[in-house]
Formats: sequence, C-alpha cells, structure tokens
Amino acid sequence: MAPNNKSSAQLHKPGGQLFLHWWQIFQRNLIAYLFLLPALLVFSLFAWYPIVRGLISSFQRINLIDPPVWVGFENFRLLFIDPNFAVAWRNAGYYTLLGLLIGYFIPIILAILVNEMRHGKSYFRLAFYLPVILPPMAALILWKMGLYNSDWGLLNMGLKSLGLERILWLDSKQWAMFSLVVFSTWANAGGTLLLYLAALQGVPAHLYDAAEIDGANLVQRLLHITLPQIREVMLIMFVLQIIGTMQVFTEPFVMTGGGPANATLSIIMLIYRQAFSYGNYGVASASGFLLFVVLVIFSGFYLWLTRKFSK
Amino acid sequence: MLSKIKLFLRGSKETNRSEFDSATRGLISPMEMRSTKARLSYWVVFIVLLLITFTCVFPVYWMYTGGLKTPVGMLKFPPELFPAQPLWDNYLRSWNDLNFPLYFGNTVALAAGSWVLQILISTSAAYALSKLKPFLGNVILFLFLSTLMVPAMAYLIPQYLTIVNVPLINLSGIPRWLYDWLPGGLAFHVLPDGRVTLLDSWWGVWLPQAASAFNIFVMKSFFDEIPQDLVDAARVDGASTFQVLSKIILPLSTPVMAVITIFTVIGSWKDFFWPYLVLMGREDLTPIMVALFRLTNVQSFPQPINIVMAGLAIASTPPIIIFLIFQKQIIRGIVLTGLKG
Repeated sequence: MAPNNKSSAQLHKPGGQLFLHWWQIFQRNLIAYLFLLPALLVFSLFAWYPIVRGLISSFQRINLIDPPVWVGFENFRLLFIDPNFAVAWRNAGYYTLLGLLIGYFIPIILAILVNEMRHGKSYFRLAFYLPVILPPMAALILWKMGLYNSDWGLLNMGLKSLGLERILWLDSKQWAMFSLVVFSTWANAGGTLLLYLAALQGVPAHLYDAAEIDGANLVQRLLHITLPQIREVMLIMFVLQIIGTMQVFTEPFVMTGGGPANATLSIIMLIYRQAFSYGNYGVASASGFLLFVVLVIFSGFYLWLTRKFSK
Repeated sequence: MLSKIKLFLRGSKETNRSEFDSATRGLISPMEMRSTKARLSYWVVFIVLLLITFTCVFPVYWMYTGGLKTPVGMLKFPPELFPAQPLWDNYLRSWNDLNFPLYFGNTVALAAGSWVLQILISTSAAYALSKLKPFLGNVILFLFLSTLMVPAMAYLIPQYLTIVNVPLINLSGIPRWLYDWLPGGLAFHVLPDGRVTLLDSWWGVWLPQAASAFNIFVMKSFFDEIPQDLVDAARVDGASTFQVLSKIILPLSTPVMAVITIFTVIGSWKDFFWPYLVLMGREDLTPIMVALFRLTNVQSFPQPINIVMAGLAIASTPPIIIFLIFQKQIIRGIVLTGLKG
C-alpha cells in the first residue's frame, strides 16, 4: 500500500486531529455546520426563540394590532384578579386527582392480568390499544355525540331501558369532569398498559422461581416481586400523568367547551380564551409562563427519578 | 412532547427487555396451573378481561356499524349488532357531504411536507453531530434536547406569535415573483414592510414540527452505532462528506427512518390543535381532524348522527390500517420511547 494513502487515513481518524492543518480543521467544521444549518435555523426561529419570547411577552401588552408595550408585572396582576384563573387551576388539580384515582391503577392491574394470560395475549394487547390508535378527535366526537349525549346518547338510552334516571354526563357541573376523566382513561390507558407490559416482561423469572421455593404464595409474590420490580415505571407514569393532565386541552375544548359554568375550564383553555377570545396575548403568555414553571418543577422531579433509577 | 424525553433517559436498559412474548414466566408457574382450582380461576380472569376489552372494542365497532344504520336505528338500546338493512350509501354520502377528498388531500399534503422537512433536518443534523463532530457539537445537542423539557402547550402563545410574525426574516428586498407563484397551502403572506406571516399557510404547521429534537436524538443515537471505521474507509476511497451520508449512512438507516416515518405520518393524521389555530382563516386548507371538529358545531353543520359516525369511521381507518401493518415497529417504538402513537 502506498504510504500516501495510509497517512490520509490517519488524517481522518478522530485521534489524528493533531496532525491536521488548521485550514482542514476549519474546512471540516464549516462542512459540519453547513449540515447543521437547517436544524439550527428551524430551532432558532420556531423553538428557542418562542421559548425565550414566552418569558418576554409575559411582561408585555400584545394585541397584534399595536406594537408590544412593556408593562412590567401588570399581566400577572390582571391574571390573579381574574376569578377564572383560580377556577382553572382548581379544575386542573381536581382533574389530576380524579385522573389518578380513576385512571392510574387501571393499566397496572390490567397489565399484570394480561401478562399472566396464556391465551390471546396479542388480542388483549391490540384490543386495549385500539382506543389509542383512534384519532383523538374521532374518539372525542364518538363519545360526545354517540355515548354522552344527554338526550339520545347510548349511555342514557341504556339507563332508560333499565328504568333509571338519565345522567347529564357533559351538561351538569357534578358529572362533566368525571365524564372527561372516564373518556381520557378510556383513550389513554392502552398506551400506558403497553409500557407496563414491557416492564413486566422484564421481571426475571428466577425471582419468581426462588420465591416459590421459599414458599411464597401468589399475593406475596405480587407484593414482594412484581410490584417492586415495576416500581420505577409506576413512579414515572405517575409523574407523567400529572404533567399530562395539567396540560389537558382538547378534551374539554371539544366535549364541553370548558362548561357547564366553567366546571371543566382547564389551564390551557383559559390561555386559549385570554389569547384568542379576548386578544390579550400578554396575559395569555403570563399564564403559560406560570404553567411552564410548575411543569418544569414536575419535569425536574421526573428527570431526577429517571436518573436515580437508571443507576 | 414531554413524554418523549423518556427515550434518552431510560437509555439502553429497556432496549434489552422490550421484546414481548419472551419465554419468561409470570407470577404463576406452569406447575401451579395444573391444579383445577388454578385453571378455573385462570379462565374466570380470562373471561373478565375479555369483557373489559369489550368496553374498548365495542364503541369502535358501534361507530363503524353506526355508519350503516338510520339515525333512529343507531340509538336503539340494546344496540343492534348489525343493521338488518345496512345503508352502505351512508358512507358514500358522508364522504361527499363532509367533503372528504379535500380534507384527505390536505392531510396527506401536511403529512408529506412534515415528513420531508423532518427527515431532511434530522438526518443532516444527526449526521453532523454524530460523524462530523464539529466544534461545540455537544452544546448544540444539549440546546436541541433542552427543548424537549419545555412542555409544548406552555409556549403555545409565543409559538403562535412567532408564526404571526416570523422574526429575523424580511423579504422586502426580494422580488415577489420568487414566491408569488406558490399555490394553495404552500403560499404565505408577506406584509407590505417585508415581514412574513405563516398564518393560513401550511408552512406554519410544517416548520414548528420540523424543530423536532426527538427525531434528531433518535437519528443520532442510531448513527452513533454505525462504526466510524466504515466512514473513514469511505473517506480514504475518496468519498465526499455528502457521499458518505447518502451512500453509507442512509442505506444503513432504513429501520430508524421507518420508525420516524410511521410516527410522523400517524402524528400528522391525528394532529388537531395547531393546524386548527394556524389555518383558522383558511378552512379549505385544514386537515381532516379540524374538519371533523367543525362537525361538533351543530348550528353550522347540521348532519344526521349516522352520517357523522360514518365520517368518524372513515377518518379513523387510515391510522388503524397503518397500525395493523406496522404493529411490530410501532409497539417497539412506543416501548422504547414512551411515545404513545
């Protein structure tokens, strides 16, 4: 082999950088940055800039007609005196709590049961996942118009045929939030279930074998092996569910429009109203910024959890 | 958006255990299953689970068959499993009345545009970060990934303000004929002073989606697995930087491209809120889900319930088909990334 070839191979090895001429280093970086350019452009304009802008516009009056004016903490003051602000955050808390009560344990229990099945496992997986495959908008309209409708929805027709009083699923203050949570659980549990199934598959068989030899019964094995083994996924799902429900929008937007009487007004719905109904983009940004702060705390907790577990 | 971070945090640990149906045992040992009592309770649980799956499957089945019934027949209780006289015409009527060809076309265009942009941007960026390793590459990667930490919904408003008035870009010195000919959703508005607004344009949907740190991360981790020696060997043989990407890296990356493609297409299909906001003023450019949403406004679109159901069924079919075809890849993707469809 010609010595010339050998040395050029050396040049391109990462370790060979020392021998590169400064011009070649410059050229290589130039080419690399040319490849990075599209991503850098798109991220600057549509990700990094909006994130920073979110903080700035929280302190500005923006109505898209006049140029933005710096108003200090005025937006936050307006926000705090708006009674709907408290309503939206209380609703978010209620939604999250109800979501955890109704929706958190269902996928865990179902995953543990499905994992024990010797027959039709792939059917179960597919069936539970079907609502997740459905486009959310289609599922929402299906439930809103087909199942939840107070006058002729399938659920109330069922109650009527049993001789029971109809329930105003989406049209009454005490039921609306519950109905939304039931829908969300239906629509999302399948995805979480898949993650739990994957975690359950990873529980080493020898743990069960050993426990059995020690005479552990089914409940003991469940409590001392299965649950501790999937504990990390359970914790992660717990935090993710909170982060997800705090940002809920499409469900109340499509099903109830935030009503009745603001009973299902979510934080993002309030932001949407502030911006697109009242044209007050500054207040909406301030609202978003507060949500951002709260969610970052949760995400930080989530990061800490995952770091801790991946060790 | 946030759930996507899970990928880079859970790391390779989950990769090894992502295979379903491995020959591991569960809580109950094969030995225990031999007793009659165990078998009996097993089948009881089996039937209970079967009944529970019914609550997931039935509404969907009811939606598909509802499209074949009369409005009155649809709301009977107990529901008819299958109408005695299926009205197949309903589907045709729904297809035409709800103007599906237009909205399908828009959705396909939105998905295709997003796909092209996302693949272009994420492969080139991932290639640069993984194989060309420029100065400050790690800082840039960190800046990309940090956008995953910010929940998308929380910067909705500034994102919208950016679309209304794109920063830094001013086309006042550029002749109009360069962009004036762009048709339909490809067109964008230029204000008299040269500033650009992407409202009522598909670019307003495509470009923010193209800033996907998730894709760059997935691509980069895949490229990292391709041995550097392969790249070096090609360089010795005289391949240019671009040829290394097109002749070596890309042909090896079909699996990861497939995953990104599937997720992009399904994601675009289901997308509602952002296209709804951006394309508010141009109903004729909106994708299918925004069109469906308008159905819920009974005053302006009075449609009988059976026609609505047929419409929902039509709109739900493509993602179901895609899922059934690519089930394996999708499930692996979900388990790996925690990204739910």
